[in-house]
Amino acid sequence: MANHKKNGAAHSSRSQVPYHLMLAPGMLFLLFFHIVPMGGLIMAFQNYIPIKGFLGSDFVGLKNFQRLFRLPTFWNVLKNTVIISVSKLVLVTLAAILFALLLNECRNLKFKRIIQTTVYLPHFLSWVILTVMFSNLFSYTGIMNQLTGLFGREPEMFMISNQWFRKILIGGEVWKEFGYSAIVYVAAMTGIDPTLYEAAGMDGANRLKKILHITLPGIVPTIVLMTTLNMGKILSGGFDQVFNLYSPLVYQTGDIIDTYVYRMGLVDLQYSNGTAVGLFKSLISFILLAASYKLADKFVGYRVF
Amino acid sequence: MKKKKYKLSDILIYLFLLFCGVICLVPILNTIAISFSDRTSAAMGMVKLWPVNFTLASYQNMLEETQFWTSFGVSLKRVIIGVSLNMVLSILMAYPLSKAPSQFRSKKIYMWIVVFTMLFSGGLVPDFMIINKLHTMDTFWALVLPGAVPVFNIIILMNFFKAIPRSLEESAYVDGAGPWMVLGKIFLPLSKAPLATIGLFAVVSHWNSYFDGKIYINSMNKLPLQTYIQSLSSSLNTDMMASMTAEEVQEMLAVSSLTFNSAKVIVSMVPILLLYPFLQRYFVTGMVVGAVKE
Repeated sequence: MANHKKNGAAHSSRSQVPYHLMLAPGMLFLLFFHIVPMGGLIMAFQNYIPIKGFLGSDFVGLKNFQRLFRLPTFWNVLKNTVIISVSKLVLVTLAAILFALLLNECRNLKFKRIIQTTVYLPHFLSWVILTVMFSNLFSYTGIMNQLTGLFGREPEMFMISNQWFRKILIGGEVWKEFGYSAIVYVAAMTGIDPTLYEAAGMDGANRLKKILHITLPGIVPTIVLMTTLNMGKILSGGFDQVFNLYSPLVYQTGDIIDTYVYRMGLVDLQYSNGTAVGLFKSLISFILLAASYKLADKFVGYRVF
Repeated sequence: MKKKKYKLSDILIYLFLLFCGVICLVPILNTIAISFSDRTSAAMGMVKLWPVNFTLASYQNMLEETQFWTSFGVSLKRVIIGVSLNMVLSILMAYPLSKAPSQFRSKKIYMWIVVFTMLFSGGLVPDFMIINKLHTMDTFWALVLPGAVPVFNIIILMNFFKAIPRSLEESAYVDGAGPWMVLGKIFLPLSKAPLATIGLFAVVSHWNSYFDGKIYINSMNKLPLQTYIQSLSSSLNTDMMASMTAEEVQEMLAVSSLTFNSAKVIVSMVPILLLYPFLQRYFVTGMVVGAVKE
């Protein structure tokens, strides 16, 4: 203990200048590209006109938000976003857990390795690339239509059908991420005490019983943690995927907050409205993220930083 | 230990895992097959997982298309410069932030700023305007400067630095080394694995970025590869389509060059596939911390 104190004293007498110097360049980048733009949020409370600038444009208080909340489109976009992101979070998690549980049962290490290598791959491909692949797959003459044709169904135009589009978004996300998301669960399973399985075997438990009563409970803390940390993403919905796959024909079911902001702000050049929707999302996401970090710390003692 | 024989449950498990692996490969194999098939067969949907009327025509066309290779070069350049910048800044920020408040008194303030920028942002419109105001619009720098500080990578590295025993550092200080020396001679040599992790993540993220190129770059000779490919497939996304009938849309899609675009997509995947064996070694470290990533 005495030794510890002496170290502390030695530190405080040591120069702090090098530490500040090391942080300076990064902090400058954060200042210019993250903190200064936050000042632009003032546009959400203005009728911003580029020629007049931030100082010359009229303040309108909360009028932009009031108008926004009266727009049916806004509520539809919000509804789409929540439906899409919650479905994705739930189904990706379930698929990842199921995959991890069965992978854990596989005793052929070489086979296991090959499967793992394959299912992690889609995570590293961009939605730009996957969009070309998906358009091939889901086109009018594509594999998917040929497959449903075997069951006597008429070909569908999947990508421009409001009936199918959301399902493709959700299914596509599950396809891309289930393997990668399973990594944490697989890692958690290796930490389960092997004597538990031996004891259960002695008591006559079969394989399914072992999975349900040992493996699954063993990864519950990880499931709780991952679910909590994912809460902050509820208003995201996956911009890159939607942006690349959607078209005006499926705005009704597929348009999400981020794509709405993009079209409003950068295509239609309604700076104030675009900023207002963006701020709405940033604020709620901020609260959700901060809450989820707090909860993760409280429930499973996981600190992000 | 008694020797276990393969039972029905084993067979079902193998089949399920095999199914998972196969569905992950189908879209990729389908696209490879299309890229090696002739146009008509591809447009008629005759190509499944194996090329029909095998031809290298798409790849030959691609060799001649200068825009593809210009964009490929831009993407390589952004990976080299962007990742170098990411790494230097990550190391320089992670080291002081890994210190205990007793060692670095202002640590908490800096940490709050970093975390705040991670949790809250001005959003798309203000971010776009700052690029304009800084006169970086339509320059290469618009692709590397805004994301120069990868906060999540910094947290991965910081957590690793925290776990390095303080006694190592103390003995170096006794020998008269300063913080720069300690970082360069003790911390970095011990951190090869986490540095490889965040380096590879940075490469993938730069290579896969398309949106910054889409909104910040107008000149074709500065267009990154993913943005270029996105512009090809986004004929799907033109607002014009709203006024078209479903049949007209379908026709438009049929004439767009399936085989040619597929070949471009396959070639653009090559760098990721080359990195993949290395990436795979570092997944788990990154995944557990990176799970929080947006």
